[in-house]
Order: sequence, then structure tokens, then C-alpha cells
Amino acid sequence: MAAATKTTAGSGATSASRTRGAAKSAAQAIVEFDKDQELHAYREMLLIRRFEEKAGQLYGMGLIGGFCHLYIGQEAVVVGMQMAKKDGDQMITGYRDHGHMLVMGLDPKGVMAELTGRRGGLSKGKGGSMHMFSKEQHFYGGHGIVGAQVSLGTGLGFANMYRSNGNVAMAFFGDGASNQGQVYESFNMAQLWKIPVVYVIENNKYGMGTSVARSSATTDLSQRGASFGIPGEQVDGMDVRAVMAASERALEHCRTGQGPYILEMVTYRYRGHSMSDPAKYRSKEEVQKMRTEHDPIEQVRKRVLDAGWATEDDLKQIDKDVRAIVAEAAEFAQTDPEPDVSELYTDILL
Amino acid sequence: MPIDILMPALSPTMEEGKLAKWLKAEGDTISAGDVIAEIETDKATMEVEAVDEGVLGKILVAEGTEAVKVNEKIAILLAEGEDKSALDGAASAPAAAPAAAAPAPAEAKAAPVPAAPAAAETPAESDYPAGTPMKSSTVREALRDAMAEEMRRDGDVFVMGEEVAEYQGAYKITQGLLDEFGARRVIDTPITEHGFAGLGVGAAMAGLKPIVEFMTFNFAMQAIDQIINSAAKTLYMSGGQLGAPIVFRGPNGAAARVGAQHSQDYASWYAHVPGLKVIQPYSAADAKGLLKAAIRDPNPIVFLENEILYGQTFEIPDVEDFVLPIGKAKVERTGSQVTLVSWGIGMTYTLKAADELAAMGISAEVINLRTIRPLDIDTVIKSVQKTGRLVTIEEAFPMCSVSSEIAYQVQEKAFDFLDAPILRVTGKDVPMPYAANLEKLALPNVGEVIDAVKAVTYTA
Repeated sequence: MAAATKTTAGSGATSASRTRGAAKSAAQAIVEFDKDQELHAYREMLLIRRFEEKAGQLYGMGLIGGFCHLYIGQEAVVVGMQMAKKDGDQMITGYRDHGHMLVMGLDPKGVMAELTGRRGGLSKGKGGSMHMFSKEQHFYGGHGIVGAQVSLGTGLGFANMYRSNGNVAMAFFGDGASNQGQVYESFNMAQLWKIPVVYVIENNKYGMGTSVARSSATTDLSQRGASFGIPGEQVDGMDVRAVMAASERALEHCRTGQGPYILEMVTYRYRGHSMSDPAKYRSKEEVQKMRTEHDPIEQVRKRVLDAGWATEDDLKQIDKDVRAIVAEAAEFAQTDPEPDVSELYTDILL
Repeated sequence: MPIDILMPALSPTMEEGKLAKWLKAEGDTISAGDVIAEIETDKATMEVEAVDEGVLGKILVAEGTEAVKVNEKIAILLAEGEDKSALDGAASAPAAAPAAAAPAPAEAKAAPVPAAPAAAETPAESDYPAGTPMKSSTVREALRDAMAEEMRRDGDVFVMGEEVAEYQGAYKITQGLLDEFGARRVIDTPITEHGFAGLGVGAAMAGLKPIVEFMTFNFAMQAIDQIINSAAKTLYMSGGQLGAPIVFRGPNGAAARVGAQHSQDYASWYAHVPGLKVIQPYSAADAKGLLKAAIRDPNPIVFLENEILYGQTFEIPDVEDFVLPIGKAKVERTGSQVTLVSWGIGMTYTLKAADELAAMGISAEVINLRTIRPLDIDTVIKSVQKTGRLVTIEEAFPMCSVSSEIAYQVQEKAFDFLDAPILRVTGKDVPMPYAANLEKLALPNVGEVIDAVKAVTYTA
């Protein structure tokens, strides 16, 4: 298992309580990516990172208000899952949601303009950072109440089952949300009815300022479904290849009518919980160590260069392309007008 | 001394039932715990067990008898050593334990009223053309029929909740639905309100049309985050892209003797929130027409029923597809001197009060609000412009109540028409007590409505 996993505050990873799902994961050899996969992952992760860096910058300039939760450091999780999913599979997540939107194909201009509260934002400026949706792209938000998306995502999976459409819902939540009661209410129903939903726990090690060890009686979150008989595995969420491989297993399990599956993505956020969080609950060294030794983008970059699949210049070109997309989004988000005042009273009821 | 066997109350709201079957005959020896009879309530068939030992001396109510009142003597048990001669004395003796009568909602202490004059009986508005064939229906049947009709019409409609399927509904509202629609569409949930409310909202976001039954809305407090933060607000937060076509329904408010945690009326809680529609039906026609409308509506809807009304029978139009408009109040009776506005079970007090007022020579216009949000204030204003006086009637707590909102809007929009302060008759500002006498005091009653009308009409 990757180093990232071993740094979890809870050493539950080695406890005897682990069930077959997790054990299976530990034994999985890394499935290497081919050139296209590596370059795809590189570009997608880089887009999220550059986008989030820009969002942080705009926040600092006072152009983005309220809460803004950046995804920097966790990019491999959504990109690996996106590479494993099929068209029609749905995603739903909490408030740290920009990365999910980008991988689901939502327009970066629309996302950034929503962050600045403009009329061209995906929710016409009425949702903000935590509330964007796209039925066409099968992205169901963007939810600000910790844990609510787990029940909602179970409902998306329920709809798939009701319609026998073969799709799987992916419900993302954090280590913090994993202690909410409705998560377990959802686990119970999902397993009882064999609902096709993958529960993706993005364990970035801190629920706001409280570490997993300080908030959770058991810290191997992949086993949180054990009492319901839901298989779970701990995944190195900093390695996009591990994420994709685990996601394929999980999605297949759900798609074949075997019920829900839990993936604990062991990952790390480099920034504070939100823009206003100084993150004094952890050391600079801890953050620096993750950045230098486990950065999801750097891992791909190194492999691509080592394999000779791209040159430094090729990668620079990708970065340049990505930066152009982000710059265009930022430009739009600053020049697009605020919503018309008449929008105050629209979209309340159909 | 022979022992009277009385018709038992088998639920908090049962007032009468059918004596379906005697399982013991006269002369049979009975031990405590023996099943002696079967009784049908409007919800279920229940077995009656003997409490005392003896010989069944005489059956007083034949099997098959309908509408046997709770506490009515149904048989006499002879104790050991007694023979039939003991019956002669017993039959005429008063019942051994004249237990508190089954709760009768707000029987007024006021003097009995002669048959109300014709004016008070005239419905002011009708939801259907004259000559429409009518049939009798309980509110319970009306709700069930509404769901069944909509489920036949639209395969995306399904119902989920605790005990809705195999048990046929905790209050038998979903009776028969499992048989017709199967377990895919009539779904028993675990006891997990927060979870299944959220699951329902998620399914609605994906385009299904769930009917989520709460066994009572008191339990929906566990789920209120999903109702408000997820169901009500998502359409707005998504700029109109993603809504939740879902109906949350179930009994709301006080039943009878179930105490503080099971007796609250949540109308004003939900009515507070933009993005929800809130319906509180009174009659079977309200229940059927509005539930069908609610299921078809693309918005999240809170549909507040009342357990005491479930068993009440009303005439409803016997037509193919009876749908009522959401957001439209009904003038139940026309009148000229005072406007009475109520909804849900409050209508029972209001209509009785209107009868009594008519007998006293006071002409009351009665408005059945039907929908709380959107509030049909125009109908109320129009009436107040005519009568100059307003009394609102509801069972909920007074603070920040629906009545408070109506009073505010009326003073804002019809201040110059008011000839008296607006009065409200509400539940008292106390948690619902258990004791029968205190519970009765905590709820509004007909006398309070009449007193309020006398006050606003300056009638002695």
C-alpha cells in the first residue's frame, strides 16, 4: 500500500477487523496506465489544480465571497473515478466540489462565474461555490450540509435501480461526514435493497480542523459499512492509477446488482478547510511532505517523463493550454454581469 | 357479581367499531387471555382477549353489528358459582367502569343547537358542476384512491415509508397498494426518517416522483433538513435546473391522548420556507383532489393530514379524475357578519361554531384555506372586505402561527375594512398534555370560536 495510506492517523489499516474488500485492495498490484491514460490524467488533474489556484487568487482579491473550499491535493480522486465511470453514472458530493464539476464536464467558465456570483454562472449566480448542478452531465451537486449528499446519492442510485438503467451513482463525502447518522441510515437501505451506489469517502485527514483520530472511534473508514455487510477498501487516493482500478472494481460490483461499495480514498488537502482557515492544526512539515513525496500530479509527470511519453516541453504545452482555459474562465467570471435583479424571485417553484 | 365485558378502544382515535365475530358462545367457560371476539376498526381487525375468568353468560351485541361505541356493554361474564339468574340484576345495573368516554373532539358545552337555518347550510362554492354524481368516502379512502389513481397514471410515482406495504399502512392509508403495484413501487422502509427522506429527494432529483409517508409529521423533524435544505432549496440554488417533485405526507397535529411528542402541528414550520408548497386538507374531497394535484406538481410538497379526520366520511364527486387546484381556498359557507378562516381539523370546530352562530342570528362566512402555502389571501381579503371581522381557527401553537401570518396580511391589505381586532383561536401555548381534561383544554373548541366571534361582533 502506498505511503499516503500509512500516514493515516489511525493505524486501523493493520487491524484484524479488516474484511475481504480491504484485504483485496492491499494485495492489488498497481495497474499501469498507458500513455493516453497518463496524459489524460495529467491534463485533467492539472486543470483542477490551476482552476483552484485561480479561484484562491480571485477569493483573495475579494471577487469570490462566502465559503470557498479548494480541492488542491485531492485531484487524483475525482480524475481516477471519472476514468472508470461510464456515461450515465451520476456524481454527487459535498461542498468541496469544483473538481467534481470539472471532471463531469461542466464548463469551467460557468463554474468560475458561479464562484463570482455572475449571471453566466451555472446556477445563474444564485448557488455559489457549494451549489452547482448539471442534469445533462449527471452531476447532482454541490451540497452544503455535511452528509446530506450521502442520502441523496443513495436516492440517485435508487432511481437507477427503479429504472433498471444499469447506471451507478457515486456519492462522495469526507472523513468528517463519515460520522453523520444519515450516512449509516443510507448504508443500511443501500445494502438492504442492493442499490447501485459507490460511497466514496475522501479521507483528507481533517474534518475542518479536527483530525480523523480525534473525531472517529475507528479510523479505517473503509470498514464503516462492515456492520451492514458492505465491502470496502482503502485506496491510495494520491495515485490516480490506484483510484481508477479500485473504482472499476467498485462500479462493477454495483452494476452487477451486488449492492453498494465503499471506497476510502486516502488523500490530502494542501489548503485549509476553506479560504478563511489558517490550518494551524497541522505542521507545515506535514503539508510539505505530502506535496513533495505524494503529489498526485507530480507522480504522473515523473512517470510520463521516465517513459519518454512526453518531453518537458510537451508538458509545458499542456500546462499552457490548461492555463488558457482557466484564464478565460477567470476573465469571464470577472466581466460577466451580476444577475438581473428580477432573478431574485425566479426559480423558487416550477 | 357478573362482570360486564365492554367494547374496547383499540387505538387512540377509535370511537366505535364493528363486532365482527364472536369466538365464544353463551355458556362457554372462559379463561383470562382467551380470545373471545374479533373487532374491526377502520384500521384493522383486532382480537379481544378476556381479562377475567368465568362463563360467558350473555352476549348483548350480536356479531356483525356495526358502529358499536367504545365502552358499550357487549357481553356479561358470570363468575364462578353464579348462574344465569344473576344476569337479571346485572343487565340493568350501570356499567362497572364507566371509563372516560372516547375522546370526542371539542363537543361544545354550548347549548344544543336547533337545525341550522338554510342560509348556513348553503355551500358558497362548489368544486364540481351541479348534478355531478356523488359518493361517500372517508378521508382515508380518498387519500388511498388518490395515490392509486396517480400510480396507475404515472409509472414514476412510488410510495415509501414505514409500514406502508405489507402492514398496509400504520393508519391504513396505503391499504391495498402493495397488492396492486407490487414491492417495487410500494416500499417498506426501515425506521430511518432522515435517511429515507433524503433518499426520496435524491430519487426525485433523478426524475422519479416519490410519495414519502411519515408515520407522523412528528417524526419528520428527524428529516427536516432534507425537506428544507435539499428538497425546497435546490431549484433556486441550481438556477432552475434541478427540482424535486416529491410529496411528503402523513398525519400531522394532535391525535388523541398521545402526548407532547406526537401531537404537534407543523403547518407554520413548513409554510415558512420558500420553495415548498404546504397543503392541509379537511374533507375527503380536499384530500383526494389535492393529493392528486400534489403528486402531479413538479415541486416539493408537504401534505399535512390528520389522524382524527382519517375515519370521517364525506360526500365526494364520483368522477373519473377529481383534481383540485393547489393554492385556492374554498368558501364553504357564505355569511355577512364575520369571516372564519380555518383549515384541516380546525374546520370541524369552525363549521360547528358557524351552525351555532347561525342559530344565534350571527351570519358567519367560513373559508377553508386548504393550502397554507401559497396562501390564498385574496379570498380572505375579499371576505373581510364584506364582513369587516376576522377570526382564525387552528390547532397549532399561537406563536408565529399561520393565524399570525393571516392576521398580518389582512391588517396590511384590508386595514380600513376592519371593524374589530382580528382574533385567533389556537391550541394553547403549552406542550400537549396527556391527561384527558388537560388535553381538551389545550386544544381549541367550539365555545372558544363562538366567544371570539362574539368579541369581534360586540355581541353580548
